Amino acid sequence: MSDSSSENRPAEPPPAGQPSGVPEEPVGERSMRDKPAAERSIQDKSLNDKSVILSDDPGPLPPRQDLDVVDVRHGMFGAEGTGDTSGFDGLVRQVAIPGATERPYGGWFDAAADRLEAVLKSSGLPDALDKVVVHRGEITFHVKRERLVEVVQQLRDDPQLRFEFCSGVSGVHFPNELGAELHAVYHLLSMTHNRRIRVEVTCPEADPHIPSVVSVYPTNDWHERETFDFFGIVFDGHPALTRIEMPDDWPGHPQRKDYPLGGVPVEYKGAMIPPPDQRRSYS
Amino acid sequence: MTDTTHTDPYASAQDTTGGKVFTVTGHDWDSVVAGIDGDAEERVVVNMGPQHPSTHGVLRLILELDGETVTECRCGIGYLHTGIEKTMEYRNWTQGVTLCTRMDYLSNFHYEAAYCLAIERLLGIENDVPDKATVMRVLLMEINRISSHLVAIATGGMEIGALTVMTIGFRERELCLDLFELITGLRMNNSFIRPGGVSQDLPPESLDKVAEFVAVMKKRLPEYAALCNENAIFKARLVDVGYLDLAGCLALGISGPVLRSTGYDWDLRKRQPYCGYETYDFDVPTRDTADAYGRFRIRLDEMYESLRIIEQCAERLRGMAGQPVMVGDRKIGWPAQLAIGSDGMGNSLDHIRHIMGESMEALIHHFKLVTEGFRVPTGQAYVAVESPRGELGCHLVSDGGTRPYRAHFRDPSFTNLQAAPAMTEGGQIADVVVAVASLDPVMGGVDR
Repeated sequence: MSDSSSENRPAEPPPAGQPSGVPEEPVGERSMRDKPAAERSIQDKSLNDKSVILSDDPGPLPPRQDLDVVDVRHGMFGAEGTGDTSGFDGLVRQVAIPGATERPYGGWFDAAADRLEAVLKSSGLPDALDKVVVHRGEITFHVKRERLVEVVQQLRDDPQLRFEFCSGVSGVHFPNELGAELHAVYHLLSMTHNRRIRVEVTCPEADPHIPSVVSVYPTNDWHERETFDFFGIVFDGHPALTRIEMPDDWPGHPQRKDYPLGGVPVEYKGAMIPPPDQRRSYS
Repeated sequence: MTDTTHTDPYASAQDTTGGKVFTVTGHDWDSVVAGIDGDAEERVVVNMGPQHPSTHGVLRLILELDGETVTECRCGIGYLHTGIEKTMEYRNWTQGVTLCTRMDYLSNFHYEAAYCLAIERLLGIENDVPDKATVMRVLLMEINRISSHLVAIATGGMEIGALTVMTIGFRERELCLDLFELITGLRMNNSFIRPGGVSQDLPPESLDKVAEFVAVMKKRLPEYAALCNENAIFKARLVDVGYLDLAGCLALGISGPVLRSTGYDWDLRKRQPYCGYETYDFDVPTRDTADAYGRFRIRLDEMYESLRIIEQCAERLRGMAGQPVMVGDRKIGWPAQLAIGSDGMGNSLDHIRHIMGESMEALIHHFKLVTEGFRVPTGQAYVAVESPRGELGCHLVSDGGTRPYRAHFRDPSFTNLQAAPAMTEGGQIADVVVAVASLDPVMGGVDR
């Protein structure tokens, strides 16, 4: 973490425990290279990017937060090897998503987190939570996958938590986050208390099993089938885990990052335009 | 099994673990009847759809019948799956609007709004979106709610044989589409709401047209009430059909008019306001019948409430002439200073003069935005809006790049369709179309 950047903005606490030496913003890669290494750091863009207009009332200060590196990208435009004339071949960018947040989380987050921890402790699951992330005004509970059903059961049934409405599950694939390539993200809504939380579970690609929460939230029946269809996450205990959008005999899971988009090159005014997933892109 | 089924090439029968299954393809009912003659149970599996006119698009319902009674109902979906969420990962953030507007083509502004609100949360510019853009979003979303409810009522009427309900529903929907055409340039798939605001300012005559629209709708909406509300045939088909109580709704994740037909006034516009809905004066209509008739009446009442909101939007917009409709940050606002030229719609000459002759900085911004797009800080966001069908959630994950790393839409049609078995099993086969129509699924949103 650079000292200078925190001095520039004393009002905002610096994110803790950042890996340093890597620019987060390749837009400014030239100026980043000119800077001393200590000044290059991964940071939440809202903390250091002047292009983001800060509102008159920024609200409560963002809590202290780690960053979790989920991917490292090299170069630019997909160019590789000696044929790389882009000039960006030395560029290295770490993709770091917001990591564990330190207390206080702010607002009702603390009360909800306290209650959940207390309930889990009393039901003999003190280690069910991996971490809690607060980012952009949303709270995420990262849950150990083998404890998922017990945790959501408590989230639904405890009168002080009472997340009776589940908005389904969404998958995310981080192919380079070793051991946790596949994420299942649940959005829960408490109509009683008018709150929303997110529950996130990960599983490795080699063992893509996550317990099904259909017994707690029957609405997740189709959502889990969809996530299985697109990401290949096997929801153990689901009543009938079959494909839902793709044909039954479809090979592969289309929303994984290593699954190609497909498409054909198109000629336009004499030039061949490659399909979208093979065009150059900003990495 | 008799010999008839073996000789008929169009109707085959086979024994499965679930019992005898007949495959029916056409004029072969004699064979089927002969085939089940010897069986004690009169059980027929009927495949309704995916091209049946009464299934709201390409929905396939697999019905197991005992006489006229539906004993089991399964939905087969996926016929309209086009991989929009996957495609969005290969287009930049602004282009994603063009894709997500094609999901649920009847309530596209809600999809655009949810997507843009999620991007704005990730960018941290939620409070910087100009007021005028927010009011225009609300205006378009509420007109869209009316047009969507009109189609729901129109197709629902058509499916039970009330063709007049269909024709007048689509007649009024044209008025909504005319307004969209006037304001956004397109009747459907508008991609008008953009990250940071909306793409263009209101055309000068639009507020008068909106006022005309409201006046016409206030005259015509009572026609629906006069035609349907106490219509004996209409009520005979709808009352107590497709029953689903509050516990069933919560367990199955049902939201929108179906949830409100149980008497629970859950509306995200009131409970978790976005786009400044807390500053508008409107009510949330509910019914406690939990049936298809209650949902019909709720949709009718919601159109009146939307008209109230539209009037308030128009009132505010009259005082906002000349205000910006896109966030001030030139690194986010898509350069869309459009004008009609001799060769059609394009960037205005003033804008071209500005970037080509006056400001190098403006040219760079234009070039970088159009070729690369803007970058969105890493993280994830979930924004839910109240679409005409219920909670529409947009879950976005960013890896700090110029494209969405993952875009997922929690589609209300997709979730609500799970209630079809609970609403239809045990009822008559004729009530299946009524129950499904009361859910109002749009397959473009279900399959995405």
